[in-house]
Amino acid sequence: MAQTRGLQVTDLTVQIGGLKAVSGLNLELYPGELVGLIGPNGAGKTTVFNALTGFCAPCAGRVVFDTKDLTNKPPHVVAKHRLARTFQNIRLFKELSVLDNLKIAYHSNFKYSILSGILRSGQYHSQEKKANEFALEILELVGLADRAQDQAGTLSYGGQRKLEIARALVMKPKLLLLDEPAAGMNPFETAELVDLIYKVKKDFDLTVFLIEHDMDLVMNVCERLYVLDYGVLIGQGSVQEVRTNHKVIQAYLGEELLCQS
Amino acid sequence: MLNLKGPQGRWNFFMIAGILGLYGLIQLLAAAKILLSYHLQILSLACINIILVVSLNLIMGFTGQFSLGHAGFLAIGAYLSASLTVFYQLPFWLALIASGLAAAFVGVLIGLPALRLRGDYLAIATLGFGEIIRVIILNISAVGGPRGFTGIPRHTTFGLTYFLMIAAVVIIKNFIYSAHGRACISIREDETAAGSLGINTTYYKVVAFAIGAMFAGVAGALFSHYMQFISPTTGQIGFMRSVDILIMLVLGGLGNLTGSVVVAVFLTFLPEFLRGFAEYRMLIYPVLLLLMMLFRPEGLMGKTELSYSYLENIFSKFKRKGLRPDGTN
Repeated sequence: MAQTRGLQVTDLTVQIGGLKAVSGLNLELYPGELVGLIGPNGAGKTTVFNALTGFCAPCAGRVVFDTKDLTNKPPHVVAKHRLARTFQNIRLFKELSVLDNLKIAYHSNFKYSILSGILRSGQYHSQEKKANEFALEILELVGLADRAQDQAGTLSYGGQRKLEIARALVMKPKLLLLDEPAAGMNPFETAELVDLIYKVKKDFDLTVFLIEHDMDLVMNVCERLYVLDYGVLIGQGSVQEVRTNHKVIQAYLGEELLCQS
Repeated sequence: MLNLKGPQGRWNFFMIAGILGLYGLIQLLAAAKILLSYHLQILSLACINIILVVSLNLIMGFTGQFSLGHAGFLAIGAYLSASLTVFYQLPFWLALIASGLAAAFVGVLIGLPALRLRGDYLAIATLGFGEIIRVIILNISAVGGPRGFTGIPRHTTFGLTYFLMIAAVVIIKNFIYSAHGRACISIREDETAAGSLGINTTYYKVVAFAIGAMFAGVAGALFSHYMQFISPTTGQIGFMRSVDILIMLVLGGLGNLTGSVVVAVFLTFLPEFLRGFAEYRMLIYPVLLLLMMLFRPEGLMGKTELSYSYLENIFSKFKRKGLRPDGTN
């Protein structure tokens, strides 16, 4: 069964209006891998993430994660299978405290009923305490522990990106999808982010799948790459293989430059 | 369960003492004929309004689902309970529970399809629901139709309304500060993100809607058995009633329970003081609302809730100030 664990995507096609945003995509992630998904703007990378996490319905194809079929499942069901994601445009609960952001992500681990929440039963107290401790642990890990009570919107841009990753980690995911985690970060923050990705991957035994435009980051951290253009997979393999792939260079730099070189 | 240890426990103790003390004081004043039945009626109506505003707050303020049909649930509770006690001679407490459950049930029925809509569309759908309930009642001659339902026995006492109001506020407060309440708040903040975190957004929207509807139903039962007369044409249960509740909620602050309570009491008392200007009420409210939107859009209380941690914060700031002998802060 070892080879069926991880994520298998077969023949995934997503149609948005008249546009085939993704067509016939096949990809596979093995447990513990760190894989990148790259491609020019509008290639359909985020659409792939949306299709994987249930935010848009694919019109064909299958998504299987850890032997369970997640095709066409709503987002909250996908999340319960320990598949967490972040968003390209940060989607924090900006008005709430940093700690509350994390406790909301802990939701699936709460087992007490609405009634025992209202009656403040022993279950309520013990589970709330556990959630608090776990959230603080994660905050410690990403280096935001001293901001726990602050409003999430008051964090710096880099801090908000980190908090979004922390929030995904509270779900105790097996697969983490990061949508442009380094967007808008300065080189220093990006370096910090790379360390963080390595650290959480190791500590949580995670599989990481990330979309990124920062080629330095991609080439440094990713073990394998998938390259998407106009919704079609145009290249895959190790960083070296992708770098020398003609189709990829063509997509990024255009036909003429290729001829000149 | 109830915590009576430590500083938080002391706060809980003071709150309970305050709640009982206020009740005792009002009863004492009533016994001494300082508060007349007219005053007790206004106080009871204030309690009923608090239940309505706090329950709408759960739906709109905390879960972020715009509802303009809250009076519809009130109407269901009012008419169902009155029918049960008048036609079937059921005891009032049973009618009270039945109207809460019936309103919650209708809340689920309406909520399941309507809560797929967002923003303006949801507002229109709930507005339609409220009107449909009113028009249905208008056409049932057994409950008086347009003439209104008369001869309802007076079962509601001030004490009952008071303690049910306390129960409603405490239940909704505890719900909000549990994992389930946080799930509702996350829907208000960002429904997409909430979904990605494993929160079943449809389920929680319907749960919030049902709990809110249940309390509105209970408030309706209290209302009809206090007024002894209820009619679909006098603005007791119509669209304007929904707007009334909404105005109280917005003035108190969406997502703020303390504000809901304060404003519900204030706006129940205000028209009584302005008896002579009763027709101008619907002129005064919008002006109040406009001023509020301009100068304090977050509502009366903003984000501060009357709670132990809030007082502790103020107190510790006070203390810190005192500790600096040079007067700097």
